[in-house]
Amino acid sequence: MSADKPTTDLTTSSTSTSSVEHHGDHVPERFENPGLPPHVHRMGDTDPAAAKRSERQVVALFTLSIIGTIGFVVAYFAVPPGETVASMRLSNLLLGIGLFLAMFGIGVAAVHWAKTLMSDHERVEARHPQKSDPETRAGAIAALSEGAADSGIQRRSLLKGAVVSAVALAPLTIAVPLVGEVGGDWNVSKFRHTLWERGRRLTRDPSGTPIKPAEVTRGSVYHVIPDGLREADHWIEEKAKAVVLMVRIDPDQLTEADDRKDWSYEGIVAYSKICTHVGCPVALYEQQTHHLLCPCHQSTFDMADGAKVVFGPASRPLPQLPITVDDEGYLIAQDDFNEPIGPSYWERLK
Amino acid sequence: MSTRATTAERAAGGTADYLDQRTGIGLAVKNFARKIFPDHWSFLLGEIALYSFVVLLISGVFLTMFFVPSMGLIEYEGPLASMDGVEMSEAFASTLHLSFEVTGGLLMRQIHHWAALLFMASIVTHMMRVFFTGAFRKPREINWLVGFVLMILGLGAGFTGYSLPDDVLSGNGLRITDGVVKSIPIIGSYMSYFIFGGEFPGEHIIPRLFTMHILLIPGLILALIGLHLFLVVVHKHTHFPGPGRTDRNVVGFPLFPVYVAKAGGFFFVVFGILALMGGTMTINPVWNYGPYDPSPVSAGAQPDWYMLFLEGSLRLMPGPGWEWVIGGYTLPMNVLIPAVVIPGLLFTMLALYPFVEAFATGDKREHHVLDRPRNAPVRTASGVAILTAFFILILAGSNDLIATHFDLSINDITRIFRVLVIALPILAFWVTKRICLGLQRKDRDLVLHGHESGRIVRLAHGEYLEVHTPLDEYERWTLVQHEPRRPLELEPAEDERGVRRKGYRRDAIRARVSRFFYEDRVEPVTPAELAAAHSHGEHDALEGGAGGQEQIEASQAHDTQPAAGGAVAGRSARGHDARDR
Repeated sequence: MSADKPTTDLTTSSTSTSSVEHHGDHVPERFENPGLPPHVHRMGDTDPAAAKRSERQVVALFTLSIIGTIGFVVAYFAVPPGETVASMRLSNLLLGIGLFLAMFGIGVAAVHWAKTLMSDHERVEARHPQKSDPETRAGAIAALSEGAADSGIQRRSLLKGAVVSAVALAPLTIAVPLVGEVGGDWNVSKFRHTLWERGRRLTRDPSGTPIKPAEVTRGSVYHVIPDGLREADHWIEEKAKAVVLMVRIDPDQLTEADDRKDWSYEGIVAYSKICTHVGCPVALYEQQTHHLLCPCHQSTFDMADGAKVVFGPASRPLPQLPITVDDEGYLIAQDDFNEPIGPSYWERLK
Repeated sequence: MSTRATTAERAAGGTADYLDQRTGIGLAVKNFARKIFPDHWSFLLGEIALYSFVVLLISGVFLTMFFVPSMGLIEYEGPLASMDGVEMSEAFASTLHLSFEVTGGLLMRQIHHWAALLFMASIVTHMMRVFFTGAFRKPREINWLVGFVLMILGLGAGFTGYSLPDDVLSGNGLRITDGVVKSIPIIGSYMSYFIFGGEFPGEHIIPRLFTMHILLIPGLILALIGLHLFLVVVHKHTHFPGPGRTDRNVVGFPLFPVYVAKAGGFFFVVFGILALMGGTMTINPVWNYGPYDPSPVSAGAQPDWYMLFLEGSLRLMPGPGWEWVIGGYTLPMNVLIPAVVIPGLLFTMLALYPFVEAFATGDKREHHVLDRPRNAPVRTASGVAILTAFFILILAGSNDLIATHFDLSINDITRIFRVLVIALPILAFWVTKRICLGLQRKDRDLVLHGHESGRIVRLAHGEYLEVHTPLDEYERWTLVQHEPRRPLELEPAEDERGVRRKGYRRDAIRARVSRFFYEDRVEPVTPAELAAAHSHGEHDALEGGAGGQEQIEASQAHDTQPAAGGAVAGRSARGHDARDR
């Protein structure tokens, strides 16, 4: 049991001998490993009928697998997925059961075979320490130093420097173009701007029809995209930043910062729909409390009070989109958001 | 018996000869065919991981024949009426196509997804087995790290695959990833561009994930599985303690034919179960979610289970006040702590644990006999504490479903989890350690006093006793084989000549760690203790009772050893011989 002693400065406290002393000097300190227990025969080892029974069971299980494979092929031809979800599910179910039987039958048969019919005598194999014997180690070290001497690397230091530099620099040929190109134009300042600008109409998502203030009734929630979104370059990226959620709130209940008094229109407020936590669309609005809940991580914003965080992992309010109406009476943006939308990042305030 | 070879035998012999002359394969066959592997059900967990990976490869190859990794937009035309004319990426459309129009395609998709979940589940449970039995000890520390990297790669494989269909759920998952990546100081924005090839979502992410998912990650996994198994062969498998099992041998059954049949058969069992799951249990029905669009989101969405802990961690973190601005630069700690720091800590602890324990024991020997978890109370308790934190985070990742299913306030649930995620692991550590010590005491009790036989005997003078049956030496060995582990003792800082010893500081730290690990302990019964226990009962021995095999133990009255049921060395015994006898 005890191989090399722990090679450390510290020692374990030596085993007490006090209790041994009471009982004479022949009691060992530890129990001895008694060795393998006597073998216990299985039923099939002694009873040929039981072994025959096991054999028949194994054959039956292999047969089950064959039936499963045949069933699978029949189902493949006889039950195509069809045109509906229901017919597709049926096809899937039959194929699945066929495949299950085909595989499971083989598996259980093999395991049953091994457990009941193959030898169950435990065998013992010796282990050897992982480390190589001193002779081999010495040989390995000799081989390396001989090789190093042959190469002359120790004597020729200029050569050493050259090989290290060349090998270290060569990967740049892959890394430079990869890093250069993989991030597109690397212009991360795009996070700051959205499609919103002075005069751009607020339109319904996804139809793109403009909205009049009278249509925004109390309690209704408008999912808004900027007018002309689909004509923009990279419209999906623009949509990912520009989506807005708009609600009308009773002016008595609306709390507005002094510098934002003219950002709403007749109690209609518009906020970025992208959560300031990690960027999920914030979509669950509760009309009674004016709370807006992010379904991803439950950040909760108070729409009646500057979209302040009332619960959850977000730490900043949703950015507000200043709105007004144009000459034709449609809701428009006064400007872009005054801060980057969505989750925070290092140079956000720079 | 005929001595003439049959045609089949001659063909086999000819082939073997052909191969051996060209490859010398005979040596490998001779060494490996009858190689011994030990048997235990818990050794199957790693096998499940291996076989799910094979099933992933088989079903995955099938899927690549039909999946189109492109974010180009097309209008859907196909049997699914609800999607008729909807604009979607080719990735999503091809996912619908292979689900609805390729016979067996949905089965393969669902098998693939279930196999991925099983792959991660079996890796995690396999890791638990290795952890709790101490199989990571020398010489297996490197293989523990290989396995750890495999787990991380498994997470990567799952994540990249989950996002491929380009549906609303996975798209929002990618967006969360983007948000987390952006929170990283200094390089966050650039990393986001690095991943998406520009702004989120861009048009590169699906093809990039595809390459990761089908080439890079599985290639690495395959290579590391090779290394993992190679090291298993080099080290020879560990075995559980038992009679005849030592650190110098391996006891079990030969590879051929027993494990060829058992392990080979088990692959088919795993495949069969996965096929049954794929055939009967719907998973990720993307046709219900629709193609990705940056605006919609669905409530009650959960990531695959192995990502839930991250999701839960994000959900639990309170936000307000945690976004720090330092010198004009933003540090969103409300994202960094739960998504980077906490998983980083959990994973680092896991990866480094073997080295911490080796440091605490100062033990440089090889270990091939596993520990029973109870015999390493602090290790077992640490593992349970880490798992408890992990499971609380998983539950927190489903807090919205808990709220809707049990009609509870989500805010309350979240607040409770915030407390539990810190309190419960500590409690779990303490409770587990106590349970381990209790089980060790029970083992001692059993060894010292034997099994209760249920036979009550009245002695001549009227005393009633229960007859106890002593353990046979095989059963006893399992309970007493482990080494008593004791805290390392610190050698004095100065040697006899008063010179300050080198490395004293390091040893002081080591001694402190070692005390944490081994101060509270129950040591295995020694032969002397057993002899003492028996001699106490000697005068009560029944003449001729079952051939003298049975030993009478006066259960309580004669149990005179003060703490025979478990000698726990307390803090008072620090530095002394710890056994309180």
